[in-house]
Amino acid sequence: MPPHVSLRQISKRFGGAHALRAVDLDIERGSIHGLVGENGAGKSTLGKIITGVIQADAGTLEVDGRRVHYRAPREALDDGLAIIAQELSLVPQLTVLENVLLGQEPNRAGVLDARRLRRRFEERLEGMRFELPLNAPVGTLRLADQQKVEIMRAVARQARLIVMDEPTASLTPDERARLFETVRHLKGDGTTVVFVSHALHDVLDLSDTVTILRDGQVVRTAPAAEETVESLVNAMIGRSFDASFPPKRPPAPDAPVIFEARKVSAGALVRDVSFSVRAGEIVALAGLIGSGRSEVARAVFGADPRTGGSIHLDGEEVRIRSPRDGVRRGLAMLPESRKDQGLMMMSPVSHNVSLACLETLQRFGVVRTREEAKRVRAEIERVDVRGAGMATAVRSLSGGNQQKVLFAKWLLRRPRLLIADEPTRGVDVGAKRAIYELLAGLAADEGLGVIVISSELEEVLGLAHRVIVMREGRAVGELEGDDMTEERILRLAFGTGARRHAA
Amino acid sequence: MTPTATETEQPTRRVPSALRPPRMSRLRDSAVLISLIVLFVVLSITADNFLSVDNLKNVLDQATSLGIIATAGTLVIVAGAFDLSVGSIFAMSGVIAAELATHGTSVGLALALGIASGAVLGVANGLFVSWVRINPFIATLATSIMIRGIALAITGGNLITVEKPSFAKLGNDEIATIKLSTWIFLAWALLMGFLLWRTVFGRYLKACGGNEQAARLSGIRVGAVRTAAFAISGLAAALAGILAASEISTGQADVGVGLELNAVAAIVVGGTSIRGGEGAVWRTMVGVLLLALIGNGFNLLSIDSVYQQVVYGGIILLAAGVDARLRRRD
Repeated sequence: MPPHVSLRQISKRFGGAHALRAVDLDIERGSIHGLVGENGAGKSTLGKIITGVIQADAGTLEVDGRRVHYRAPREALDDGLAIIAQELSLVPQLTVLENVLLGQEPNRAGVLDARRLRRRFEERLEGMRFELPLNAPVGTLRLADQQKVEIMRAVARQARLIVMDEPTASLTPDERARLFETVRHLKGDGTTVVFVSHALHDVLDLSDTVTILRDGQVVRTAPAAEETVESLVNAMIGRSFDASFPPKRPPAPDAPVIFEARKVSAGALVRDVSFSVRAGEIVALAGLIGSGRSEVARAVFGADPRTGGSIHLDGEEVRIRSPRDGVRRGLAMLPESRKDQGLMMMSPVSHNVSLACLETLQRFGVVRTREEAKRVRAEIERVDVRGAGMATAVRSLSGGNQQKVLFAKWLLRRPRLLIADEPTRGVDVGAKRAIYELLAGLAADEGLGVIVISSELEEVLGLAHRVIVMREGRAVGELEGDDMTEERILRLAFGTGARRHAA
Repeated sequence: MTPTATETEQPTRRVPSALRPPRMSRLRDSAVLISLIVLFVVLSITADNFLSVDNLKNVLDQATSLGIIATAGTLVIVAGAFDLSVGSIFAMSGVIAAELATHGTSVGLALALGIASGAVLGVANGLFVSWVRINPFIATLATSIMIRGIALAITGGNLITVEKPSFAKLGNDEIATIKLSTWIFLAWALLMGFLLWRTVFGRYLKACGGNEQAARLSGIRVGAVRTAAFAISGLAAALAGILAASEISTGQADVGVGLELNAVAAIVVGGTSIRGGEGAVWRTMVGVLLLALIGNGFNLLSIDSVYQQVVYGGIILLAAGVDARLRRRD
């Protein structure tokens, strides 16, 4: 009997980056198959290719021994393959019942038949023993219960294979336990589950087979019983280094501390985080997605309200309660998402670059356009924005050039501290190198303090003088010099060595 | 460089795609202008009395209220909001001015307070939108209903006729044979155009409408900027309102109904994006003049004004459709 799903030589690129390279993988019917790897190793991409969310550039996909080409998730669903993505796709206003049967409502001439809806629900989900209030709006349920609704929907659509992408990321331990019960129950019914997760303990507990990915390639596939958390971590790291980082120039030993966060708390994701940055120093915030890295940055910049702690600049406590306060104190932040938080996509380069600096480029409220043009031009030349004039709309630039426009915008303000959240996301190889050099130069030559947030460990190691590792909203470790290794960062980030949960 | 990858991916130099979007928007720029010119030429040929100084002055006079309101409304829409209360403020300001003038307040002060009432109501709109965070559509719809209600309560449903001749001066005097109100309209349009085009405030408006998050993270007080836009819009509606009240020496609560929608129409027809972030006052002027010429043409050619509505609607659809098309190209 052929495996449920079989991939051969599957490759996928996003822009300049290889997300997957010649991946071979067999997923046995009725098994729980774990997929592990670092951020960006290609786990989610693989899950999406199997379920038709995205298409591979090369390679073959076989389902039940039959070669398939899915162009849309619907086609995969027809073959019984479903995905539960990290972002749930439920309609919060509709009830559990309505969400589960969304798109498959029994109707008579377009008129919903409530009784038949209920009956179909019971037929399709016979034996699924979830205790959920079927008539409650999904938006009122807890996250774990919402996930159950997604799972029920997949089952109701007669899915025989369900990909779960980071299903436990936002669950409490208790909710997590309940989810695992569900997954085992699905397996008991003969459903195949592909379990994509960072939680290595969970993967080992749950899976029959584990596949480890690194840099878009399969390191190995092995029975879960033969792996340990240690063996998984060891396989995930040790990737080849890209020599494209500029040489590190550490700050002078007597360089003053310019920025300090003391016991900063914010929202649910940042708890008592303390760290400092010296002039000319590049400090990286590392950690898994959802560990609170970006949230720390947003809190110190004033973008999100702080619930505790204090910010100190040059040793003095300062009040930063809005981005405006942050900007005025000489902080600058390149946000995580250029498109949503950083740029006015329809506006010209010049307007984007000068936006945070207009107060110094005006006389009686009127923009001094000549001065503006001069200074913007100098800045975009410094960061080397290519293929664009000052009047070019930002949306027509490449990702790398858009990112450089953002750099130009903040450099124009001559900040003391630059926070760069995922500065090379969606940027091609050439522009990446340019951005690395820019960051290194700003720190070493101009004495800026730099905070870099990155999901790519390679970037963290290649750029930073010091690394703060975050896990579950806390700064769990600080590494410097020779201690700054991929392995040690990952161990701290995953929390191996120590018990995950005290209780 | 790792030997396995990346060598093949050096960015190839292509014709910069950067050149395309400006060309598209230039096309859109010329499209509205060309429509206006074509209509002008067509009317000059088909309607005998179109191309006379008196008629053209008349066109401008007819466009005054809408023009003042729509040029200011452009600022609100560029900032990513909407103001549906301008029709009611238009009526309210005239009522206040007339009421005060008939009850012993000096004419100058009555008119000034009429205008000020618009600014105050505009600030209220801004506070509801920016601090209470009510959707601008709903907030200004609600205030619009309230304001007209209050205006009706003040007048008791009657006309307030002002007997003082000085009250009528603003709406009837002429300078160099052109009505004072027309001069005020043109000056106001220039002021709005300059605000949006050249000032820091104008840039902030575009930033708030173009990407609210980015604006906030750049240190811009988005709420304050939007509130200022609403204040200007309210002020403009009130200015237009007292000019209209002065012209007929009357305050009445039921004028200006639908003016807010005509303003949106003029703005959209001019090519300012309804989604905010970009736009220009000159476009709105073109939109206002286009609508005014159509109205004038229907009059001169004695076509049933019922069809005028159909043409207005069609033109709005056309303009909005072009805008949607251009945006989908991204």
